[in-house]
Amino acid sequence: MNQGVAITGMGIISAIGNDVASNYRSLLSGTTGVQRVSKIDTIHRDAIWVGEIEHSNAQLEAALKLPKDHNYTRTAMLGLWAAKEAVADAKITSDAMVRTGIISATTVGGMDMTERYFYEYLHSEACRKYIESHHAGDHSQKIATALGINHGLVTTISTACSSAANSVMLGARLIKTGRLDRVIVGGVDPLSKFTINGFNALMILSDAHNTPFDQHRKGLNLGEAAAYLVLESDTLVKQEAKKVYAYVSGYGNANDAFHQTASSDHGDGATLSMQKALEVAGLSPRDIHYINAHGTATRNNDLSEGRALIRVFGDAVPPFSSTKPFTGHTLAAAGGVEAVFSVLALQHNTIFPNLNFESPMEEFKLRPETQATERELTHVLSNSLGFGGNCSTVIYSKATPS
Amino acid sequence: MKKVYIQSTGCISAQQSWGEEAFLTNPLFYETNVLPVVAPDYKQYISAAAARRMAKAIKMGVTASHFAMKEAGVENVDAIITGTGLGLVRDSEKFVSAIIENGEQYLTPTAFIQSTHNTVAGQIALGIDCKGYNLTYVHDSNSFESALLDSIMQLQTGELSSLLVGGVDELWDHTVAIHQLIGHLKEGDLHTQQLRQSKTSGTVFAEGAGFFVLESEKKATSYAEIVDVELYGHLSPEEVNVAAKAFLKKQGIAPHEVDVLLLGTNGDIDYDGYYHQLCEGDFAETSQAYYKHLSGEFHTATAFGTWVAAHTIKSQILPEVLRCNDTVPSQINTVLLYDQYRGENHSFILFRKC
Repeated sequence: MNQGVAITGMGIISAIGNDVASNYRSLLSGTTGVQRVSKIDTIHRDAIWVGEIEHSNAQLEAALKLPKDHNYTRTAMLGLWAAKEAVADAKITSDAMVRTGIISATTVGGMDMTERYFYEYLHSEACRKYIESHHAGDHSQKIATALGINHGLVTTISTACSSAANSVMLGARLIKTGRLDRVIVGGVDPLSKFTINGFNALMILSDAHNTPFDQHRKGLNLGEAAAYLVLESDTLVKQEAKKVYAYVSGYGNANDAFHQTASSDHGDGATLSMQKALEVAGLSPRDIHYINAHGTATRNNDLSEGRALIRVFGDAVPPFSSTKPFTGHTLAAAGGVEAVFSVLALQHNTIFPNLNFESPMEEFKLRPETQATERELTHVLSNSLGFGGNCSTVIYSKATPS
Repeated sequence: MKKVYIQSTGCISAQQSWGEEAFLTNPLFYETNVLPVVAPDYKQYISAAAARRMAKAIKMGVTASHFAMKEAGVENVDAIITGTGLGLVRDSEKFVSAIIENGEQYLTPTAFIQSTHNTVAGQIALGIDCKGYNLTYVHDSNSFESALLDSIMQLQTGELSSLLVGGVDELWDHTVAIHQLIGHLKEGDLHTQQLRQSKTSGTVFAEGAGFFVLESEKKATSYAEIVDVELYGHLSPEEVNVAAKAFLKKQGIAPHEVDVLLLGTNGDIDYDGYYHQLCEGDFAETSQAYYKHLSGEFHTATAFGTWVAAHTIKSQILPEVLRCNDTVPSQINTVLLYDQYRGENHSFILFRKC
């Protein structure tokens, strides 16, 4: 009972790189991955900016050596790509005695194929193999099978833009309560016409590069990504003499209970989730050295989250930044992407910049970090907030909390 | 470690599973391969204006949660944890077809907003102003079980003391049509009483919502204790008995001590073999029962199975309509529920009289 939760492996694919090392290089050099749409056939291609992953489906298929008749959606391919890196990074040896699970997260599931073949399914047999790939859990099962861990716990979470943070939270609980020894946690969302048009209809897509926490912010840029962490129990770490990148020390989940898609102006949900995470970690607000904010650059999110930061940290809000200008908003994957970034921040004692920021918001004086800055970091807090009022916070720490 | 008690149930299904009628006294049968639900008058629980825009899953979920909270006599809970296999399929289908038909133009966001899987949990939270823990699991036929696992962990450790857990799934035309094309539905109509003996591929589809208030304090009115749940992504038929025994062993129970084996048998000849493994294996002498001829199959049908288990234990009656063998239990202290769908996502849930 009450095991520490160690992070022993990481994997990521995003608009700023196909692995952890290249993501880190982009973060340090301030290189954004947000560009015009190049792969999806959408009429909005000249109006919006997106964080697209370099690889096409054909390239992913070849790299993952999928059989010709496979029914992997882009969701499953991106997920497997990143999960494979995480598992290799953690140098996992397959051992039936180690109780291993996988928890993934997604909002669109297999929507990329559903929207392509929606009507074609009815009259063409060739595409019907994708019908079974539509549901959100399909990619998790495929990853589990490909990694040979499908006999254990396999599940999937969908809480809109906070999804992957909740995967980390559930994974941490499963290890703390001794139900699992090891668990792969994270999330994935590919770009799809479904989300592009959904956010466009909500009128929260920016026609320029996104500018979190800026007075003149115009909305978000969508991105696609997959990111996973390998979490292991103290006992397993000791037994296998594992290197540990960081620990999951705290987590909190709350609901804003304000509106289906909008966050409350006062940020009740985010305030509660940050307070709970601090409580679980046994930390006080001043122990947090860097915050990787949700910061989507919508008018609503940044105001709500900013107010919540002030409610929790008072006039001593720690250095913070949103990394959405690098990757775009990767929806369900965001909490996984930013978990990897938070751990990289701890490993390298570096705060990553909030690109594109110019003028503080009129409602408060918060100024995000705009340069990559070296600083001794011990505890990093990561926020993920979403539709449905879902708010989650995870705290990553260098050492296991006492 | 604290225990977990089912304090109340709220269930909307193809049966009269809400209201005053006693547990399955008048079971309903259908001659179709897509079962309807016995719907309450949603207007009594949701404002007419809101209900007009709401998908069936939201209406069923919000109302079933209302039934559960009312029966438990609670106004609020610490957490809302839901499972849904396919989520809000009506709104997803509506939005996809609008994108295709209108060439990505003139779209309104309503269907998109309501299409997200966490809409039901979000709407319940909004309705009762619950700012607590809120989660939605979307893992095929283990969606409800995942929600249950999360609930059990947090009640056992004392992180939460009272919560609402539920499963909900809805059907819509396109989903039914495409699953018919790939043989997941039975060809043509079937009398649901013959489901288990049908000897054909596919099953009958349905929809529904099952919600429960779970608490760590036992009350005189508690239905049953949920001892534990275990999920497996994949098992081969040969591994099912081993997995069942290992699950029971963790609770210090041997197979012969299980009073009722409750099965997710859905009449699909290609996959019911998993259930036969248990029926002909370690549980051959145990009283065996099933429920999908009453609920139909959907990703969160185990929420209906949980409703069956809770009522069976509380009433100490295993209705004739559920039984698959002649062994009548002399007492109903423990119920083991086993489910899988198309050979994947296996789950065991153990219930005990409290």
